Amino acid sequence: MKLTDIAAPDYFHKVVDCQWACPAHTPVPEYIRLISEGRYDDAYMINWKSNVFPGILGRTCDRPCEPACRRGRVEKDPVAICRLKRVTADYKNDVTGLMPKPAATKNGKRVALVGGGPASLAVARDLAPLGYLCTVFDQDPKAGGMMRSQIPKFRLPDAVIDEECGYILNLGIEFIGGKRIDSLKALLAENYDAIFVGSGAPRGRDLDIPGRAEAAKNIHIGIDWLSSVSFGHVTKIGRRVIVLGGGNTAMDCCRSSRRLGGEDVKVVVRSGFEEMKASPWEKEDAIHEDIPIHNFLVPKEFTHDNGKLTGVVFEKVKAEKDAKGRRNLVPTGEPDQHFPCDDVLVAVGQENSFPWIERDVGIEFDKWDMPVVDPTTMASTNPKVFFGGDSAFGPKNIIWAVAHGHDAALSIHKMLSGENITERPLPQVSVSSQKMGIHEWSYDNDISLDKRFRVPLRDKVVALKDIRAEVELGFDPKLALAEAQRCLNCDVQTVFTGSLCIECDACVDICPMDCIIFTPNAEEADLRQQFKAPAVNLTQDLYVANDLKTGRVMVKDEDVCLHCGLCAERCPTGAWDMQKFLIDMTHAGEGCRSKA
Amino acid sequence: MTYLAKPKFHHPALPKNALGFTHRDYEGSVSTLCAGCGHDSITAAVIEACYELSLPPHRIAKLSGIGCSSKTPTYFLGNSHGFNTVHGRMPSVLTGANLANRDLIYLGVSGDGDSASIGFGQFAHAIRRGVNMVYIVENNGVYGLTKGQFSATADRGSKSKRGLTNNDSSIDLVAVAMQLGATFVARSFSGDKGQLVPLIKAAIEHEGAAFLDVLSPCVAFNNHAGSTKSFDYVREHNDAVNRLDFISPRDAIKVDYEPGTTQIVEQHDGSRLALHKLAPDYDVHSRIAAMNYLMERQAAGEVVTGLLYVEPDPEDLHKHLNTVKAPLNTLEAKELSPGSAALEKINASLR
Repeated sequence: MKLTDIAAPDYFHKVVDCQWACPAHTPVPEYIRLISEGRYDDAYMINWKSNVFPGILGRTCDRPCEPACRRGRVEKDPVAICRLKRVTADYKNDVTGLMPKPAATKNGKRVALVGGGPASLAVARDLAPLGYLCTVFDQDPKAGGMMRSQIPKFRLPDAVIDEECGYILNLGIEFIGGKRIDSLKALLAENYDAIFVGSGAPRGRDLDIPGRAEAAKNIHIGIDWLSSVSFGHVTKIGRRVIVLGGGNTAMDCCRSSRRLGGEDVKVVVRSGFEEMKASPWEKEDAIHEDIPIHNFLVPKEFTHDNGKLTGVVFEKVKAEKDAKGRRNLVPTGEPDQHFPCDDVLVAVGQENSFPWIERDVGIEFDKWDMPVVDPTTMASTNPKVFFGGDSAFGPKNIIWAVAHGHDAALSIHKMLSGENITERPLPQVSVSSQKMGIHEWSYDNDISLDKRFRVPLRDKVVALKDIRAEVELGFDPKLALAEAQRCLNCDVQTVFTGSLCIECDACVDICPMDCIIFTPNAEEADLRQQFKAPAVNLTQDLYVANDLKTGRVMVKDEDVCLHCGLCAERCPTGAWDMQKFLIDMTHAGEGCRSKA
Repeated sequence: MTYLAKPKFHHPALPKNALGFTHRDYEGSVSTLCAGCGHDSITAAVIEACYELSLPPHRIAKLSGIGCSSKTPTYFLGNSHGFNTVHGRMPSVLTGANLANRDLIYLGVSGDGDSASIGFGQFAHAIRRGVNMVYIVENNGVYGLTKGQFSATADRGSKSKRGLTNNDSSIDLVAVAMQLGATFVARSFSGDKGQLVPLIKAAIEHEGAAFLDVLSPCVAFNNHAGSTKSFDYVREHNDAVNRLDFISPRDAIKVDYEPGTTQIVEQHDGSRLALHKLAPDYDVHSRIAAMNYLMERQAAGEVVTGLLYVEPDPEDLHKHLNTVKAPLNTLEAKELSPGSAALEKINASLR
């Protein structure tokens, strides 16, 4: 098998599973260690640099990092990375002094940003300190976009949105609220140097089945309804509510309903429980609030009486695999089921809609009527126009919007500096030994055996009475410390130097996970079988190093390494060392410019 | 060495043996020996051997004397019986324990100081009596705990870390054990678990006095150029006469060995040893030939390793003494005091 090139930035980055999985590549273990040290300000700023909205994401992120977390492969549950992010926001001091300052002099370049949500704000944050004059347009009076309009306040209080949008708007950005952009052509005519479209996926999908028109008064589109709830236009709902759909919007709808008078609220989903799009923890939260989830029921008809909705008829289905192995929902043949209700919330997906983009402004649209956007540069086919967030590739989530924002900002900066935007800068990487003494490391390498801690919740009776009362209370500092200790410090890498090794086997013997072997080199498939527990997780690399006196190679299976450093503590010659690998994505700024 | 205990987590897919234990269940406390100590590898080999044999830990007794080597029983088989004896006195205590309870497996763990100096006589007598045990010497040729003086097994002409030459003749414990009648004699190297683990398994299953000399480099005081017990020296001068596969009585025998290259040795308990010959004419059943070969290679500066001698049908001390078959602690008053008629009979036989 080929020897491992540990100098390639991706190799160790992949070992830090959480950071690799995060679209914005947040240095997770680094900020978790800072939480353990009580350095909340620094932990917050590390987050802020990468993901722009630590307080918001610490409550709402879809957390791709957690399924990736190595801890989840070692024991049952991953580290509560998301809720630890919130800890940094909850316990920090005033961080305004740590924020970048508005540019002292503007560079004369003007950038328009359509939509005031996470994608546009991320672009503006990256560009404003460089001297760009950024103008953000939003239909709502305040910045935040869907974070403000669609996420219920009991999950994300306004104060958090105000604070984190404020940090960005304070960078000398012009925010024009209450103004909807109706024509891209007109905007282009205003001669901005670049335009960023971060207008989201604002249209909720409807359900066109019999009775829809007749009972329209009590049938609501989920995201529109949530937005009306957010802005206080809707304050009540019927006693019996059915929410159609199995995504996170459906979960927000049902939980909001419980707080606005819905006593008998149920979620009805076409698919099975496991296949639902909602994150497992959001389903859990709904069930915790006594909301049953009914599966394998396809809505067939809205029943009504004198223009008033009376209920929904469902057809029972089951999942069957067809000849090609695809899952299909087929009717079971059982009698239809009728659920009576007073209101229905339709949360069966949302889509993009660009009625305001004229089709003759040089922006190509594909067959799904989506703009053609380069996934690396975020550029459209009009060189001045960039897309990001849900408006680029359809509905995703906040952390993707932020990642898009960074990429688009980088492209805009390079373009307006006269550089080729397809030349992307490498991330900045630093690797440094953590050795402090014979068995002392600059990180806490003792492995905590604690199980995942639960975030304390507000009492259910109290929480259900007030739609603005935040349900999750967040970890207190003691719980936060205990949860932080569960992090395995995957960014502290095991680095092996074959020329120092005397092949005494000390590392092999001490490794608690049996992930090191010394063997004659062989094909990867063969090496993977040689461990006491074969290395069957092919998504995880083998680290192969040579320069041993016997001509053998050292092979390490990265899969379940605890990064406890015992191999290095046991090594008599320092052939193993624990080195902290920090990778910093290069954002718009000096670092991203071509060296030539 | 480390101040941290080894984390309790183990690989989620770690295999289990017939008793449902992983090899981690056969560990003891974390070692306090120097980082890289050969003894820790022997510890790992003992753990692996007991795991692979699916031995119930509470059926094993581990006994040791004093020294770095004799500390190691703390680091393996944390759920077995243990006894740290006075320096060099492990063989007597082991003999006594064995006589009292013949049902346990006895692991005597000792070092070159403990067995070749202060306990040389004890070692000799336990071997010549044929106590059913595994006697492991973790042999590094140096007194590590007192900072690197030559031990009695240091080769004549080898150099200490400070550059002094050893002028005394060395004691070769393998040769002595062979001469004193050990029925299983092997030598191995801590840096070669592929050889060591099957040897320990075979020794455990051997029902007689099994002696294992394991070269175990002392990384702190005896791993330099000029040492004959260093990793490099042993690797360069290792003359392995055979490789061993241990086949337990449960396993079906695999006969995919090339004829003439592999010898199957049946042990008394039904286990089999598949010996892959590396020295073509080496006969593991000939004590005399083995001793000759040993002397010859030693004169050539080589370290002979592998299974050197095995008696397929050994006898042990219990047989020689015609002792009762059951452990003494299971004997009831009825057996211990058979009554006046039995006494009469004995007395009559002595008249």
